[in-house]
Amino acid sequence: MGQSMLGQWGKGLKGLVAGTAMAAAMLAAGVAKAAEPIKIGVLHSLSGTMAISETTLKDTVLMMVDDINKRGGLLGRPVEAVVVDPASNWPLFAEKARELLQKEKVAAVFGCWTSVSRKSVLPVFEELNGLLFYPVQYEGEESSRNVFYTGAAPNQQAIPAVDYLMGADGGSVKRWVLAGTDYVYPRTTNKILEAYLLSKGVAKDDIMVNYTPFGHSDWQTIVADIKKFASQGKKTAVVSTINGDANVPFYKELANQGIKATDIPVVAFSVGEEELAGIDTKNLVGHLAAWNYFMSVDTAENDAFIKQWQTFIKSPKRVTNDPMEATAIGFKMWSQAVLQAGTTDVDAVRQAMYGQKVRSPSGYDIVMNTNHHLSKPVMIGEIQANGQFQIVWQTKGPIKADAWSPYIPESAKLTADWTYPWVCGNCTAPKYGTAAAK
Amino acid sequence: MRCVRLLQVLFVLLALGAALPARAADDSTFSSALAGLAADGFAEKIAAAERLAGTGDARALAVLRAMESGALFVRKSDGAVLIGAVTGREAALTDPLTGADAGTSPTRDLTKITVNNALRSALAGLAARLDLTSPDPARRLAAAQAAASDPSPEAVALLKGALARETDAGVKAALSAAVARSALASPDAAERLQAVADLSGTLSAEVRFLVAPLANDPDPAVRQAVKDLTASIERRETAVAVTLNLFQGVSLGSVLLLAAVGLAITFGVMGVINMAHGEMIMLGAYTTFVVQEAFRAWLPPSVFGLYLILAIPAAFLVAGAVGVALERGVIRFLYGRPLETMLATWGISLALQQVVRSLFGATNKEVANPVWMTGAWEAVPGLVLTWNRIAIVIFALAVLAAVAASLRYTSFGLRMRAVTQNRPMAACMGIKTGWVDALTFGLGSGIAGVAGVALSQVGNVSPNLGQTYIVDSFMVVVFGGVGSLWGVLAGAMSLGVVNKVLEPYAGAMLGKILVLVFIILFIQKRPRGLFALKGRAAEA
Repeated sequence: MGQSMLGQWGKGLKGLVAGTAMAAAMLAAGVAKAAEPIKIGVLHSLSGTMAISETTLKDTVLMMVDDINKRGGLLGRPVEAVVVDPASNWPLFAEKARELLQKEKVAAVFGCWTSVSRKSVLPVFEELNGLLFYPVQYEGEESSRNVFYTGAAPNQQAIPAVDYLMGADGGSVKRWVLAGTDYVYPRTTNKILEAYLLSKGVAKDDIMVNYTPFGHSDWQTIVADIKKFASQGKKTAVVSTINGDANVPFYKELANQGIKATDIPVVAFSVGEEELAGIDTKNLVGHLAAWNYFMSVDTAENDAFIKQWQTFIKSPKRVTNDPMEATAIGFKMWSQAVLQAGTTDVDAVRQAMYGQKVRSPSGYDIVMNTNHHLSKPVMIGEIQANGQFQIVWQTKGPIKADAWSPYIPESAKLTADWTYPWVCGNCTAPKYGTAAAK
Repeated sequence: MRCVRLLQVLFVLLALGAALPARAADDSTFSSALAGLAADGFAEKIAAAERLAGTGDARALAVLRAMESGALFVRKSDGAVLIGAVTGREAALTDPLTGADAGTSPTRDLTKITVNNALRSALAGLAARLDLTSPDPARRLAAAQAAASDPSPEAVALLKGALARETDAGVKAALSAAVARSALASPDAAERLQAVADLSGTLSAEVRFLVAPLANDPDPAVRQAVKDLTASIERRETAVAVTLNLFQGVSLGSVLLLAAVGLAITFGVMGVINMAHGEMIMLGAYTTFVVQEAFRAWLPPSVFGLYLILAIPAAFLVAGAVGVALERGVIRFLYGRPLETMLATWGISLALQQVVRSLFGATNKEVANPVWMTGAWEAVPGLVLTWNRIAIVIFALAVLAAVAASLRYTSFGLRMRAVTQNRPMAACMGIKTGWVDALTFGLGSGIAGVAGVALSQVGNVSPNLGQTYIVDSFMVVVFGGVGSLWGVLAGAMSLGVVNKVLEPYAGAMLGKILVLVFIILFIQKRPRGLFALKGRAAEA
């Protein structure tokens, strides 16, 4: 029955019928137990600075839960979402995670946006053997047994974007500004990018690194500095890992100081359709973003996804974005793995996750690898006047995520593989086999 | 007479007859290049655009400009390449070949010819070449400047041709500077010297980079000329950098000033530690958003730029009314209990944030800059001052002047000062102290609302907007001297300038920390701030 589940997006009904049949068999075993709902946790900030981005993901999980319940639930049981609000407060994330796992006894948790929040809940999930689905692009350098990462790793976003800009289509960029918000994700990503650029023969003087605090609003000096840095006769680009709402004043300042994408293109890793909703994009046409999904992807699967979202949220104006797609993929995979395992038991579901395949709205078969990361296509889009992205480049097929970047010497040695003989997230040698067998 | 007329007609007909085949040949190369624009790859599109520009056809310019701005479409039914002006889901089409109106079509039946950055800049360069022959000197000037960055030999040849024809002095200078770039590499020392001299008209960093390789020129005269040019560019760059830095400081200072003026009244004059001050700013920003949406919905686009003017009184009234309600409902019961006031207003600030979040949603709202506030003013080359910042500096000073005048010259201002200086005596004179308190608090809140209008133009409009400014506001008021408007002005400006002067050396993060440390040390030395109130009023 696992096989029937490897179907396409929107074709899961057959499997669900099979699942219901199986649940009917279970009904005979214990009537009381079958009626009990399967609880899942939703751990996204609904207030505070991150509410802007995370509220949408909470709604996406609710949409997926609503969808699965309309089709008869999972294993014959309804799915119930337990929503908590960690309020953009990193330690509170850990408390709420503990509450979800110990008190609510949820089967899986969908949540977190910033890497700080993920790092804060990680020990809780490992201690209590919980299951976290993390839907946002991040800096990599991690692979936990208790987390499935459905967003992009750096080699699925940052590296291809830089490659594109170095190529003729991107304008053969020779000088680089790495601008980011001051926390773990931009710092690690920039470390990887700097090592990568140096390995490609870019001189140290041609790289400028700049960090700003969360919510930075006065970009005059930095934009003027970027302009000065770019006036050396070499084609310059800005790689932006600026996060959250600091992006709005940054782009406004760029537009006002007259920096056009044809002069200095800015490629962003944390700016999607949702973030652009707060900006007038007429002066930003041509600036770039790299993601694994854009709302403008032209596939039947995406049309269905957008329609499902806008119907659920009851507004034809709402946009979809990459982390939403990643959330939906994660939820689909989890429900398929539960059906395959026939139980919500964490260890059984984890085993069933490896190799699980889902047809994504971007139109590809997305596979979960044994390093707990996905294989995803990479797309580069240019901002349009209507706030959408026009895809100017994309990979031929899905790219497998590297949990550990090969460009940082200390992490190049590490391997993440949670199946035999490795069974490890950060090892230099397999746990089993010759070395361990002695 | 009649014969002559007939001859003329004949002659014209003959000439037309001769021209027709040539015209037809033109049309076929033109239309084949045009069809090439719809190719799949961007490299093929660039090649087709170059062929199109190479025809020298006057019609090519409109096509290239349309393509650059994403207004070139392929009709799905017959594959024809058309220029379209899109309104909603309909596009009004023009045939680029004949210039004739090709009717309208739903956008669904058209495929937009996609462009990327590389293609966009290639198109701009090609269009500039065609524009070099435009009859309008302004377009020729723009074209000369755009073509200057194109180092290809064809472009240089075109520029030289244009220079020979040019009559307008300004365009001539731009053209000779553009030509000079290619002459820098000339084997003839005299030509190189002339090129350096031609370039010395524009003292930009780009020119310095261009002439840098000539610093070791074999010819001493060229070396000297390059040295002089580089030195004067550097002098100028330093001057521009210092001016720009000062402006940025004043601009940051005026943002701080706006945020803090309201607090100078509620905290400075009344002594209420109002943690919900930031939320009053936020309410002002949301009022701006609502006014903007109303303009978009009900008024013609031509008056849209005025929404900001109307948003100022609207924001004042909304935030002021909330302020009065707050004072009457909560704060008046807590006078003289700073700790409780602080906790209560902090709770109110959270409640206000949540109310706005429920009403408007958690996502940021887009508040557009009116056209007169977008872009920048290039005072001298290299010194770019953005209009929205200039507007905010002027606006902040105007708000401060208005507040100072209303405190000094109006009867309400007099009562307000009387109540804060000696409450029992003021009450004895028949002043309703309770209402004066409420209105004073309302005034402070209303001004915070007005600040929100201005801040919506440079930052985010989100429910958290206020939190960004609350700490800065208190910092300015405490540093400037509690109760003094001039202290607020001096405090805001000096903090702004110090912050911006430090930023290039220390970075944005460390710069902020250093300013904070500086304030702590300063308060140790002068606990009452820059402009301390003296005398009995200060002790009350």
